[in-house]
Amino acid sequence: MPSETKSVSARSGSVQLPQVHETRNAGQPLDMDWVMRAEANTSAINRRVGTLTGRRSLKKAHQAAWLLRAITMIDLTTLSGDDTPGRVRRLCAKARQPVRPDILQALGMEGQQITTGAICVYHEMVPTAVAALAGTAIPVAAVSTGFPAGLSPYRLRVAEIGESVKAGASEIDIVISRRHVLTGDWHALYDEVCEFRAACGDAHMKTILATGELGSLRNVARASLVCMMAGADFIKTSTGKESVNATLPVSLVMVRAIREYHARTGHRVGYKPAGGISKAKDALTYLALIKEELGDRWLRPDLFRFGASSLLGDIERQLEHHATGAYSASYRHAIG
Amino acid sequence: MTIKDIFETMDYGPAPESPDQALDWIRNHDGRFGLFINGSFTTPRADFESRNPATGELLAQLTTANGDDVDEAVTAARRAFGPWARRSGHERARYLYALARLLQKNARLFAVLETLDNGKPIRESRDIDVPLAARHFYYHAGMAQLMESELPDRVPLGVAGQIIPWNFPLLMLSWKIAPAIAMGNTVVLKPAEYTSLSALLFAEICQQAGLPKGVVNIVTGAGDVGELIVAHEDIDKIAFTGSTEVGRRIREATAGSGKALTLELGGKSPYIVFEDADLDSAIEGLVDAIWFNQGQVCCAGSRLLVQEGIAEDFYTRLKARMSKLRVGDPLDKSIDIGTLVDPVQHETVSHMVAQGGAEGEVFHAPCQLPNQGCYYPPTLVTGLTPSAMLMQEEIFGPVLCATTFRTQAEALAIANNTRYGLAASIWSENLNRALDVAPQLVAGVVWVNAANLFDAAAGFGGMRESGFGREGGWEGLAAYTAPRLKQKNLKPIPPQSTPKDAHAGGLDRTAKMYIGGRQTRPDSGYSRAIWSAKGALLGHVGQGSRKDVRNAVEAARKAASGWASTSGALRAQILYYIGENLSARTDEFSRRINDLTGGKDGKREVETAISRLFTYAAWADKYDGRAHSVPIRGVALAMHQPVGVIAALSADEAPLLGLVSLMAPAIAMGNACVLAASEPFPLAATDFYQVLETSDVPAGVVNILTGQHADMAETMARHMDVDACWSFSSTDISGLVEHASASNLKRTWVNNARARDWYSSAGEGREFLMAATEVQNIWIPWGE
Repeated sequence: MPSETKSVSARSGSVQLPQVHETRNAGQPLDMDWVMRAEANTSAINRRVGTLTGRRSLKKAHQAAWLLRAITMIDLTTLSGDDTPGRVRRLCAKARQPVRPDILQALGMEGQQITTGAICVYHEMVPTAVAALAGTAIPVAAVSTGFPAGLSPYRLRVAEIGESVKAGASEIDIVISRRHVLTGDWHALYDEVCEFRAACGDAHMKTILATGELGSLRNVARASLVCMMAGADFIKTSTGKESVNATLPVSLVMVRAIREYHARTGHRVGYKPAGGISKAKDALTYLALIKEELGDRWLRPDLFRFGASSLLGDIERQLEHHATGAYSASYRHAIG
Repeated sequence: MTIKDIFETMDYGPAPESPDQALDWIRNHDGRFGLFINGSFTTPRADFESRNPATGELLAQLTTANGDDVDEAVTAARRAFGPWARRSGHERARYLYALARLLQKNARLFAVLETLDNGKPIRESRDIDVPLAARHFYYHAGMAQLMESELPDRVPLGVAGQIIPWNFPLLMLSWKIAPAIAMGNTVVLKPAEYTSLSALLFAEICQQAGLPKGVVNIVTGAGDVGELIVAHEDIDKIAFTGSTEVGRRIREATAGSGKALTLELGGKSPYIVFEDADLDSAIEGLVDAIWFNQGQVCCAGSRLLVQEGIAEDFYTRLKARMSKLRVGDPLDKSIDIGTLVDPVQHETVSHMVAQGGAEGEVFHAPCQLPNQGCYYPPTLVTGLTPSAMLMQEEIFGPVLCATTFRTQAEALAIANNTRYGLAASIWSENLNRALDVAPQLVAGVVWVNAANLFDAAAGFGGMRESGFGREGGWEGLAAYTAPRLKQKNLKPIPPQSTPKDAHAGGLDRTAKMYIGGRQTRPDSGYSRAIWSAKGALLGHVGQGSRKDVRNAVEAARKAASGWASTSGALRAQILYYIGENLSARTDEFSRRINDLTGGKDGKREVETAISRLFTYAAWADKYDGRAHSVPIRGVALAMHQPVGVIAALSADEAPLLGLVSLMAPAIAMGNACVLAASEPFPLAATDFYQVLETSDVPAGVVNILTGQHADMAETMARHMDVDACWSFSSTDISGLVEHASASNLKRTWVNNARARDWYSSAGEGREFLMAATEVQNIWIPWGE
C-alpha cells in the first residue's frame, strides 16, 4: 500500500489535486483476467440506485453543509464554441465567489473560502482562466485529446495535452477512443491512456469514458478498470456532449470499480460525473452514493468533482432558503 | 453541530419521521382498543399491551378475544357470507377498490404506525409494506371483477379464519383479506399480539369504505385466540402465516375437520452466488435479502452459498458493505436496520448465534447500536458446513450464514439440503446457468439476480415444511375457492363376503404388488382371498404393510427426478399408449370389474378409464404455466412443477377408474406415485400393472399396493419422503391422513367422506392438475 493521506496544509497551491494528498495512481500492467471478470448486472444496479434516495435523507443544517461541500467539488464548466475571454473571466469570478457572502455568513461559513473545485475550459481559454484565477487555489482544467469525439489524429491528441499543460492547465480531461471499448480492444485502450498520462506529466488526468456511447454497463466497468490500470487520476463519465451523460447507474458501476481498484492497489482514484446534474437534490444523491460506496474520504475535491454548469445556481437558491427560510429566486444570485 | 462542523464531517444527521399523527390516532381511542366484530368495535378491555420495541414505551392497551368474542365474530362472518358471496363480482370489486384507495390516502399514517409497533425502518414501511398492501387490494379488486367470467366453476369457501405474523402486519393482512373477500368469503382475522395496531386502523378503513358488516372481523390476542379460531366449528378455512412449529400444530388441529388449510411457514432460503456473478450487486442483494426487516422475513436469503474460488473476496467485500449499514431509530429515514420486534426475539437470536456461532466464524458488523431497544447488529457467520445448526435452523434475525461450494451440482445439493422450501436467489450473469438451476431448486419462489421481490400478481408460498398454498396471482385464488361440486356422503364399501361353501375353481392366482417396475410379494407374507359377488374365488391379494409402502416410496423417489425431467410430450405419448393397451383388453377388464363389484358397469368403467387416460395425455403438454405481469423490467414465470412423490389411496367404488383417475394426472405432471388399490376390489388394479408393463412406463413411476387403506394411509401420510398424500378411500381416513401429514407438512387432498362421481367431469380436470403440481414463481429481471 502506498502511503496514506498526507497532512492537508492550509489552502496553498492546488489542494484540490489528488497528487497533493495521495500518492498518485501509478497505474499497473494491464490485467486482462481482472478486466474480463468485471460484470455489471443492470437490473440489480438500477434497483440499488432506485432505492438510494429513499434510504438516505438529509435535513436542515446537514443539507446545507452538504450543498456547500458540493460547491467545492464543482468543476465550473464552459465548453461552448462561442466562449470568449470575457465569458471565461466571468466564470472564474464566479468560481472564486460562488455564494453570496451574506448567505455564507448566515450559515456560519464566513471565512471558509468556499470556491468551486476547478474551472474547466477548452485549450484556447486556458491562459485566460489561469490569469483570472491567479492568487487562488482553484485549478484550471482543460478538455483535451480531440474533445469531445477523440477522433483527431492520434499524434495531435497527444500533443494537445502537452500544449494545455504548457499553457498552465493543471488538470487534463482526456477522452478515450470509444471504438476500442466497443470492439473489445482493451490493449489499445490501455496503451492510449498510458500515453496520455505520460503526456500529462504533473498535471492530473481525468479520463472521460463517454459512458453514454459504450453500449453497456459491463463495458463501463471494464473500461473504468483499464483506464485506472493505465494511470488515470480520475475517471469521468461524459463529455456533456453525448445524448446520455452522467447517470446514477453508470456512477454506481464506476465507483464500484474505483473501490475495487483501491482495494487491490491501494490507490485512490477520483470520480467525476459530468453532464445532466443540475439540481441540488441530485447533487445530494450523488454525494450519498459516494459516501455509501466509496466512503467519506472521497467527499473532497481531490477525489470527487461534479462536471456541471447550472448546478451551482440551484444550490445557491437552496442555500438562501436555508439562510432565510424563504424560497429563493435565481435573479438574486450573481451569474457566472 | 454547526454547518461548519458538518461541512467537515459530512455526517448524515438525524432525519426523523414524526410519530405525532400516529400517536394522536392512538390517543383519540384513549389508548385502548376493542375487537372489530360485525362492523363495530367492542368495548375495550386492558388485557395486554402493545409496546414500541425501539423504546419500550407503551403504545396501547388491547383486548384479548375470549371464546364468546370469537363466536360472535364467526357468527357475524357467517351471517355476512351469503349476501356477500351473492353480490356480483363488480360490487365486491368496488369495495376492494375503496379499501385500496383508503390505504393509499392514509399511507403515511399506516407506515408510521407500523414502524412504531413493529420497529421496522420507516423507509420499509413507507416504500414497501404499505404500497404493496394497497397494491394487493387493487389487484384483487380486479380478481373480484373477473371472477364470474374467468372462474365460473369456482365458489367461495365460506368463513375464513386468518392468523398472521408480526413481521409484516399490514402486508400479511392484505395478503389474507384481499383475495378472501374478493372471492366472496368473509373473514375473522387475528393479528399477532406484538403488532395489532395497523389491523385495527384497517378496521376503521373498512368502516369508512362502507364494507358490509361482518365481512371483515378482527380479533386481537395471543396464540390462544388463534387456537380458538382454528378449533371453531363454523369456520371453513384456516389460513396461517407464521412458524413451522405452529403450522404443524394447526395441521394436526384441523385434521379431519373438513376445513381447508393453507400455511405459509418458515424458511432457510439459499442465496447462491456463482463465480460469474456481478459480485457487488450480489452483495447489495444480500442487504435486501437478509437485512430487510432485520432479517425477520420468512423468505430471507439466510443461507449464503458462494462458489469457492471467489469466497474470500466476496466475504471481504461483504464485511465492508455490512459496516456501512446504519442501525438505529426506526423512524429515522436514513436507517437501514431498525429493531427486532420484541425482547423475546432478541433473546432468541442472540442465543442461537451464541450457541451455533462457534461452528464457524462470527462477524458482527461494527455498527453503532442505540443504547436501548431490541437492536441486533448485522451478522455474518462464515465457514459453516451444511450440518451446522445455524445452516439448518431458521434464525429469523439479521444473521447470514455462509458456506462454499465447488460446482453447480454441489450448489444445488446444498441448497436443497433443508426441510424448508420457500425461496431462493441465484446470482449469475449466465442465463443458461440461472435458468437451469432455478427449477431444480426446491423453492416456491426463485429470484434470479435479485432478492425479496414481491407483487400481488405473482404467487408466493412454499414447498416442503415451508407450507402449502400460494398467495397472490391467479394461483393464489385456489386458496379461497373450491370447485362447484355436488357430493354425497360416502359409506364404507365392504368386500364381497366370503361364501359359506367356498369353492376354489381353476388355477390359483395370487396378485402381487407392483413396486419399482417389478411384481413383488407382500412383505408381510399374508394375503387375502377376493371373492366375486357370486361367491367365486377370484384370487388372492397381498396385505400391504409398512414395509411395502417403504419399498414403494423408495422406488418412486428413485424414479421421480428422471420422470420429472421428461417432456410433457413424452409423458403424453406414454399415457396414450397405456390407454391403447387398456383398450385392447377392454373385455377382460370389464368382466373383472363386474365380477368384483357384482355390477354391470364394467365396460363403461373401462371406457371411461381410457377416456381419462386420454384426458391427461392431452393435458400433459398443455397445463401451461403463466408469465405474470409484475412491475419490474422482466417477468415472473409461474412454472408448474411436479409435486414429487404422491401417495394416493384410490376410490373403492370404481376399482379401475378410481385408480386411473389419480394415477393419470399424477404422472402426466411428472410425479411418481404410490397407489393403494381399491380395498374391497383390488384385482382390477393388479391386472392393470400388466398394462403398465407393456406401455413403456419407467420402473418406479407407478407403484401399486394392495391391502387395508387405514394401515397403509398412516404409513404413507407419515412418510417423510412422500410429498403429497391423497385419499379417496371409502374408509373415512381423511382425518388420519391430514393428522399424520403434519410430520413433514406434505400436501394432502382428502375426500372428507364425500363421494365423487368419477364418471363425470368431477372426476378429472384442473382440480387434479392443481393437486399434482406446485407453482414455482421464477422472477427474471432483465436489462443490459
